[in-house]
Amino acid sequence: MSNDMDEIVQEFLVESYESLDRLDGDLLALERDPHSKDTLASIFRVMHTIKGTCGFLGFPRLERVAHGAESLLGGLRDGTIEVNPPIASALLATGDALRQMLNNIERAGTDGDEDFLHLVATLERLRASAGATAPNRIPATPPSPRKDAPVRPEPPQTTEPVAEAARASVADANIRVDVAILDNLMTLVGELVLARNHIAQITAASDHDPVWAAAAQHLHAITADLQDGVMRTRLQPIHTAWARFPRVVRDLGMALGKQVRVETDGDDTELDRSIIEAIKDPLMHLVRNAVDHGIETLEEREAAGKPPEGVVHLRASHEGGQVTIVMRDDGRGIDLDKVRARGVERGLLRAEQAKKLSVHDTIEMIFLPGFSTMDQVTNLSGRGVGMDVVKTNLGRIGGSVEVTTTPGKGTTYTLKIPLTLAIIPALLVTSGAQRYAIPQVNLVELVRATPEQIEQVHGAPVLRLRDRLLPLVYLASELGGEVAEATTHHVVVLQADDRRFGLVVDTVTDSAEIVVKPVGSYLKGVDTFAGATILGDGSVGLILDIIGLARRAHVLTKKQERELAELYDHTEETETTGVSLLVFSDHEGGRMAIPLELVTRLEEFPRTELEAAGPFPVVQYGEEILHLVDISRLMLDRRRTSRTDGLSSAGETLPVIVYLHEGRRVGVVVGQILDVVRHDLVELQPGTRPGVAGTMITQDRVTEVLDLPQILSDWDEDALAALTGVELSA
Amino acid sequence: MSTSLYATFTVADRYLGVPVARVQEVLREQPITPVPLAHEHIEGLLNMRGQIVTALNLRARLGLAPREAGAPSAHVIVLTDEGPLSLLVDALGDVVTVHEDRFELPPDTLQTDTRHLIKGAYKLDDALLLDLDLDRTLDFTT
Repeated sequence: MSNDMDEIVQEFLVESYESLDRLDGDLLALERDPHSKDTLASIFRVMHTIKGTCGFLGFPRLERVAHGAESLLGGLRDGTIEVNPPIASALLATGDALRQMLNNIERAGTDGDEDFLHLVATLERLRASAGATAPNRIPATPPSPRKDAPVRPEPPQTTEPVAEAARASVADANIRVDVAILDNLMTLVGELVLARNHIAQITAASDHDPVWAAAAQHLHAITADLQDGVMRTRLQPIHTAWARFPRVVRDLGMALGKQVRVETDGDDTELDRSIIEAIKDPLMHLVRNAVDHGIETLEEREAAGKPPEGVVHLRASHEGGQVTIVMRDDGRGIDLDKVRARGVERGLLRAEQAKKLSVHDTIEMIFLPGFSTMDQVTNLSGRGVGMDVVKTNLGRIGGSVEVTTTPGKGTTYTLKIPLTLAIIPALLVTSGAQRYAIPQVNLVELVRATPEQIEQVHGAPVLRLRDRLLPLVYLASELGGEVAEATTHHVVVLQADDRRFGLVVDTVTDSAEIVVKPVGSYLKGVDTFAGATILGDGSVGLILDIIGLARRAHVLTKKQERELAELYDHTEETETTGVSLLVFSDHEGGRMAIPLELVTRLEEFPRTELEAAGPFPVVQYGEEILHLVDISRLMLDRRRTSRTDGLSSAGETLPVIVYLHEGRRVGVVVGQILDVVRHDLVELQPGTRPGVAGTMITQDRVTEVLDLPQILSDWDEDALAALTGVELSA
Repeated sequence: MSTSLYATFTVADRYLGVPVARVQEVLREQPITPVPLAHEHIEGLLNMRGQIVTALNLRARLGLAPREAGAPSAHVIVLTDEGPLSLLVDALGDVVTVHEDRFELPPDTLQTDTRHLIKGAYKLDDALLLDLDLDRTLDFTT
């Protein structure tokens, strides 16, 4: 019995809360438009229902208040009273009182001990003073009844029709639609896209019969328009994702003894519902993170000469088919040295690596799982969970996040988000006998490579792509199959998070719009696939999850990962112009550099492998003999100063740059390979000696960029001379 | 005396059945897309009128020998909490009425590692119908 009762009360509470939420809006609407019968009827119904139910459930105080309001509303409904501000206020106050009592019921099970006698009296007075007829209402408010009577009705007559017409048109132009209906429509459009793809395939197979082709073309156009239209219906302003932020930030700031406010721009920027859902949490995390870590305490801000109140600024805008969200705080910025130190501490990199780590790469570390620079773990953030999740979650929907920071000035996060998820453009590839779809958003370019072009870095296959080393992943072997022998490999260059890699597939068949469909929970553990789709011929195709795949493929040994990362990260900076330069030292620590594209390979030869052959030592290099010449010796003739020859003094192994010079490989022995940097050759300072194309500064050291072709051409003559015994330089 | 309806099918000469209430529909042989890296009992995915359905290889699940290449197959689509799932079987049978009083627990001699998947057997006039424990059968990922 009591259980049944509880249930009824619960239902009553839920219903009443919902009704009261509507009531406020209805009352405000009624105040603007006192003649709306529908609005009035709706309000009356709410009050009547609450009164009736609480009478039955035994909440006398609640019933009395609701009854007072109902009586007043009855008068309004019957037209004996007209709405005026005091009446609206009293009804709004009734709503608040009812809420308060409902709260009490929820908490304590009774409607409380406050009687709201004053409110009940007011409601009664309003009802009575307005009387049974309209004229009676007039003396109650205006001071001069006779004058006011003709005047008051007039404004409604002149202004109201216009306003009403405007409102009516707005009401006519907007309807509320259940989200489920929209989702269903989207699904159906998805089916239509698939059907269209199927028709397109049949048309292609029919040798483009003109009748078929025209019909298919028509279908294609209509489908595209419909898809676009339905997509629009699902758009929501981004405001819905960040509406709660001001409150959260205020509360969080208070808890931390900080003053923070949120500013937003581009609130109307529209995104698909599902995307908004997907970015809500990552955004929230970034905002909390900014308040917690970014914004300083009041004292710190004062000391830094900043206004006491910190600002978290959010801006959303459409940019080329995607949405960009920029979140900026004016806090302390990210302490890069701290991040580096933490990276070393956590064994993510070595101390000497940390010193060389670029700003970009350092910031990237904050997205690693379990990474936090907070000395003190607060209960809000700083637990080392979150930033990696932010990145992963954004990645899952094809988005990305980039960070820039200025110490003392603040940090900026730039998020790039696709507009929709349900139907995506994809590239279809085959591996083994199966077809797979790759989301276009991950796609960078397509290249072909012969087996000879694929090289190894510590067992990890790489491809040189415009002087950058691209790690390769064989789809077939990642999926547990055999890599097929081929004369040409198709390499799909992909971007996952900030990593770029080449996916080797058997063939690239087509690009198509695909409908992402969920795969059941039985495949949840397989993170290589983002879902499945139905292909043009009706069969099921799997959609590759590029991030999952990259993660899986990078299950290399720690050493491989680090070495690959070292080579890779340095060449990663796509934004900077210029060419990649290989920086090395000679045996006295002089820094030199040559364009990386001139380098065939980097090798290390044990000293014991050197063989004497003429004036220059050689080593066996594959099938051929590689002549070695020391960098100091190459430069010696130019400077005419005494230098140490690496060939006679260096350690157990010789670092050698293998260089293809006029069809012949030459090994240049150097002191140490240091780095790969990007530098614009136009910006070089002029060189100070022959053979030097110019100088630049790398890591605060003067570095000479060598004109190796020229040097070697000159050396060739010398070498020739040496071999033939003719001393030209004498 | 209570009776119930069973949808029946065969898997490697076993005559099996599940309550019809759990069956959404049956399909004849369908093209299946294998899913690399998935659980070994997962045969792949099939397209059921636009909906993608996972197919569970019942032979593998029951620890029976794999089907010979090219041998016919069929699908029993059952309803689960996670949506429809296909049981890949060798052939479909009729819907039969079973009587509760003709039910018996599996004999002790039944092979042990998949014994828990069979609730027992109904003695039909011309055959023994094995009652497949659907919930346990579908619980293979853990």
